[in-house]
Amino acid sequence: MNTPPLPEEQTADAAAPARTRSASLLPQGRFAGPIPWVIAILIALVVIAAAGGLSLRNLAENARADLAGAVTVQIVEADPEVRQTRAQAAADALGDHPLVTSVRIVPEQELVALLEPWLGSSAASEDVPIPALIDVELSRRASSSEIAQLQAALVEAAPGAKIDAQSDWLRPVYDALAALQYLALALIVLVSFATAAAVWLAARSAFANHRDTVEIIHLLGGTDEQVTSIFQRSVLRDAAFGSVVGLLLGLAAVWVLGQQFAALDSGMVGGGNLGIGDWMLIGAIPLAGVMLALVTGRITIGFALKSML
Amino acid sequence: MTDRPAEIVEFDNVGLRYGTDPEVLSDLSFTLFPGSFYFLTGASGAGKTSLLKLLYLAQRPSRGAIRMFGKDMITLPRTKLPDFRRRLGVVFQNFRLVQHLSAFDNVALPLRLAGTDETRVVKAVSDMLDWVGLSHRAHAIPATMSGGEQQRVAIARAVIARPQMLIADEPTGNVDPDMALKLLRLFEALNNRVGTTVIVATHDVHLLKKVPDSLIMRLQNGRLSDPTGALRYPPRPTPKPSPRPASKGQA
Repeated sequence: MNTPPLPEEQTADAAAPARTRSASLLPQGRFAGPIPWVIAILIALVVIAAAGGLSLRNLAENARADLAGAVTVQIVEADPEVRQTRAQAAADALGDHPLVTSVRIVPEQELVALLEPWLGSSAASEDVPIPALIDVELSRRASSSEIAQLQAALVEAAPGAKIDAQSDWLRPVYDALAALQYLALALIVLVSFATAAAVWLAARSAFANHRDTVEIIHLLGGTDEQVTSIFQRSVLRDAAFGSVVGLLLGLAAVWVLGQQFAALDSGMVGGGNLGIGDWMLIGAIPLAGVMLALVTGRITIGFALKSML
Repeated sequence: MTDRPAEIVEFDNVGLRYGTDPEVLSDLSFTLFPGSFYFLTGASGAGKTSLLKLLYLAQRPSRGAIRMFGKDMITLPRTKLPDFRRRLGVVFQNFRLVQHLSAFDNVALPLRLAGTDETRVVKAVSDMLDWVGLSHRAHAIPATMSGGEQQRVAIARAVIARPQMLIADEPTGNVDPDMALKLLRLFEALNNRVGTTVIVATHDVHLLKKVPDSLIMRLQNGRLSDPTGALRYPPRPTPKPSPRPASKGQA
């Protein structure tokens, strides 16, 4: 054999650790077979939870906007003529109040139609006294004292008239919606932790499988940064695949659920439609999932490397 | 401490134990100089591989001080170790080739880790594989190669980046006597041409006579004897010049 054909000595620039070359130093297979699918399922759950939470938020806000600035006046009087007179007097009294923007006496036919599903044809008979109802729109949400002032103004014009603030009887509904929103948020946090845990386990397993190669790379002068970047490429590939698949699965589920709710043909449900901002937020979930996986993978590999010389 | 590059390695009262076991290396104090050729001998279990692990920075000692290339290795943060490991070339006892990489990629590994331009990598690795007679096996993975071929790949990988110090653990253990002699001549050529300090661990006493100017470190039960008187510590006032004349011992 001849003398060794050694390369020229390194220049200062060339001596900098290469990050682009490091990708070929470990097998390029996925770091754990089922992990992309686990990430896909978890991202799908987050998409569904986020869509549900945002929809509930929209629904609650729309309902609150419609109902928070309104009250209903109820006049219970068996005599139809007296009831009608008092209803008109109450409407006149309320119309003069500065807080009131509009007053509408609900027509009796409308009330009969509302009650017919429960009372049948007898709802239209004179035998069943139906209270008069007045819908009152307020310029803003009224406080308890302002409701009391309205009540006092009505007492003189229409004895026996009673005011129901719609926001009061809807409060349990709002509370239930808020609880569901918190539940969706908690679900998102829990699934995020589960995603991080899955990536952590997979990265540790991958590191253990390739520990010998990592040791060789270290002994040949490889840096922690080079080793970490190798594993991060695997994490990025798997997380990106899982996130895209998860987004598609989640969107499909949201679409199916949306169709089911739309079939209810309820005005309240219609307030839960998702806006462009909501869809953009849902679209950002896979990106957040990839970022979470990358950060988790980096921390996991970083800790594992610190245990080596 | 100030930098003292004259000595490439200084061990001062170094000891090594694994866990709570007795020390496998005890009271090692010696100096290695640039451009010298050392044999490390000793019976199996004498501690040769443990001493080499300390030299190629795979292990920290249990006690004592180690300076390499003028720097204290004991207090050096682990993040600084790659800079020093790139100055070393190591032929491991069991080769430690990366099993999923081809012979070409294994030899290219030190250059790629150091950030060498890929064009230069291809040229250098091709030449090196040709030099060790493995051009036709460039794309073979280690599992399909014989022990001798793997050993030559390991040697090519160790010398490809022009290391300042070459450490070889039983590099002739898996090859026939003719190939062993050829490999030894390669080390000599590297030592003569580039001035690389070479340390070859072997229990083959016949090999020692093949390199006339070599210095011998003998390990017995984890302690070092100095039959040539060349390892004294603290180091001699005037270090040996480096490299040795290129005309000596070339293959």
